[in-house]
Amino acid sequence: MNGNRDGSGWWKITDVRVIDPYRQQEWLGDVIVGQGHFQDGVATVGETERVEIVAGRGLWLVPRLLDMHVHFRAPGQEWKEDLASGAAAAAHGGFSAVVTMPNTDPVVDSPSLVSWQIAESRRIGLVDVLPAGAVTKTSQGHELAELWKMEQAGAVAFSDDGRPVADGGLMRSALSYSATLSRPIVQHAEDLTLSGQGVMHEGAVSGRLGLAGVPGAAEAVVAWRDVQLAALTGGRLHIAHVSTPGALEAIQWAKAHDLSVTAEVTPHHLFFTDERVAELAFSPATKVNPPLRPESYRQALLQAMKSGLIDVIASDHAPHHADEKDLPYNHAPFGISGLETAVAAVITVGLGELAMSPLALFERMTAAPHRILGLAYRGLTPGEWADFALIDPDARWTVDPGTWYSQGKHTPWRGMELRGQVVAAMHRGRWTVREGEVLPCAAH
Amino acid sequence: MRDLIALGDLSRAELEDLLDLATAMKEIIRRPVKKVPTLRGKAAANVFFEASTRTRNSFELAGKYLGADIINFQARGSSVEKGETLWDTVRTMWAMGVDAVIVRHQAEGVPGEMAARLDIPVINAGDGAHQHPTQGLLDLFTIRERLGQIAGLTVTIVGDVLHSRVARSDIEGLLQLGARVRLVGPPALIPGGWDSPQVRVYADLREALAGAQVVQVLRIQRERQAAGVIPSLREYHDRWGITPARLSWADAEVLVLHPGPQNRGVEIDSAVVDDPKHSAIQDQVENGVAVRMAVLYRLIGEKGVME
Repeated sequence: MNGNRDGSGWWKITDVRVIDPYRQQEWLGDVIVGQGHFQDGVATVGETERVEIVAGRGLWLVPRLLDMHVHFRAPGQEWKEDLASGAAAAAHGGFSAVVTMPNTDPVVDSPSLVSWQIAESRRIGLVDVLPAGAVTKTSQGHELAELWKMEQAGAVAFSDDGRPVADGGLMRSALSYSATLSRPIVQHAEDLTLSGQGVMHEGAVSGRLGLAGVPGAAEAVVAWRDVQLAALTGGRLHIAHVSTPGALEAIQWAKAHDLSVTAEVTPHHLFFTDERVAELAFSPATKVNPPLRPESYRQALLQAMKSGLIDVIASDHAPHHADEKDLPYNHAPFGISGLETAVAAVITVGLGELAMSPLALFERMTAAPHRILGLAYRGLTPGEWADFALIDPDARWTVDPGTWYSQGKHTPWRGMELRGQVVAAMHRGRWTVREGEVLPCAAH
Repeated sequence: MRDLIALGDLSRAELEDLLDLATAMKEIIRRPVKKVPTLRGKAAANVFFEASTRTRNSFELAGKYLGADIINFQARGSSVEKGETLWDTVRTMWAMGVDAVIVRHQAEGVPGEMAARLDIPVINAGDGAHQHPTQGLLDLFTIRERLGQIAGLTVTIVGDVLHSRVARSDIEGLLQLGARVRLVGPPALIPGGWDSPQVRVYADLREALAGAQVVQVLRIQRERQAAGVIPSLREYHDRWGITPARLSWADAEVLVLHPGPQNRGVEIDSAVVDDPKHSAIQDQVENGVAVRMAVLYRLIGEKGVME
């Protein structure tokens, strides 16, 4: 482990299956890392360097997994998650980079807050934290925030996530302005007058349980409005956590018209249905926004994954303190702590039920989000930062949030067996995870 | 049966056992001296996080008639109402040594969660729009008492089924005992998930009442008008209110139930409430005490004393 602390070391991962969506390549062989970067074969290793061999047989090496939708709660709500616990959870989950949503307290709606999040996260290390800034000042939906200034400070997207940009005129302005930037507007598509007091999907299960429901139309009507506005403005629209066939149709319409519209889905919407709310007997672990949907919706999402209509998989990691989640269903906050199950859930459903290739699957967690966010990364190219996860694709493990690094332990996967385990991760040539555990020495 | 959370949790045999037991309990209520020592030395806590007089008093009397001590914990208005210390509050009750907790809460699922956390029986006295199993039991008991049996009956539930925990308990209990159910009301107030060969959904009252042997009339709340779901209580009455004339669309011997309190002149006319031939509304109140005695006895009584 010499050289891990400062990232100056040399490693050779042997016989590993490389799944590199950045270069659309999959191959079996050795990967050499030195001085923080991928290196081009042994020839570059000088005589003075000691190369540590890491056996990669049976493992997958996936470069720079990026989760473009997470909630770290700093500044302001560090009892739920702080930048350090969030970064550790991301590393543990196999990610090299995350996009943090700005609905903190205060809301990240200014360049100084974007800079603060980036600087703090650099100090922590482990992963790249790429902040999203708010679309509107304090996400109140009245006035545009300083989008260009935040982009200059390092913001990679703009979103009022947690709530929608409800006002159509303001959404038009935001999309119009985004056409002058290289970052997308990420919309949380929800008509609040339709979702009302709803806490789960409105359908057969809510009807049986008596819980207030959110109709699928609450998402679809905003998605349809926004793709029309993308057409009107030429703006860059990314629709977060899509969960309904109605929204998928809007996205399909947008893509058929060559609009700059992309879409994301979460692992939990691919995995669970609203029946999980009944199975877990009102446990708030299933309470998430948008809510878990019925099987017909889930099938539509799976189909859209296969067809490529859905560009990205993102966790919507939304940690809360256990005391906050431990309330009656109606009173508990929305959100699933998802960073540490995302990769395994995607492998389980993606290679199982979906029968997709690993390359196509991981494309949605690597190259696609980079493209959407306007970020460059060249995959396993000599000289590129050595950011990757080593994954045992055949490992089966039981979800136990007690082993997690996130402060949020609420998950509908608790106690379930998943396939595919992150065994190690490297960030800029430093091991951040070995044998499934985050290395404390990885922090700078 | 360890707790009573939802009527659908009970088997047909368990339901019938409780109804039979309630028949014996009703005999006790009609005695001049209503106190039996069956549950002497037992204590139950009435923990109501939502206003209620009828159900709380009914449980209290049920316990007292059987000789149990009932303490009332009124949580309304305290910080508990928001749920912060909900589980702790109930754990405190348990630590004081009560033998059962009777709980009402505005949030669906709370009694079930308490049952999962406590080693003593939990009785759901109504949770949000989810379940009100003792009301369901008293409705079943009243129907059986008046009409002899439940299997094969057609029961029409009229009104705001969406927000009704009574309707959900009724439907589950009625299906378990072999009745057919019809739901009728403004479509926005009829929840999904029930439509099946045994449960038919209607918008037209006349069709829904045709040949029905039982009509359960649900309370319509003024706030549904404020929420824009119904135009006015007056219009609701004109389309779904139960009047003597509309009752004639049902079976000639139709039985009318209402979980109370009634909005006379809105969902039900006074002439129907007070009609001794069809209305079982007064019976329901008395039967409520009897079925709650049966539930308390079954959950905390020594086995074999009453049989």
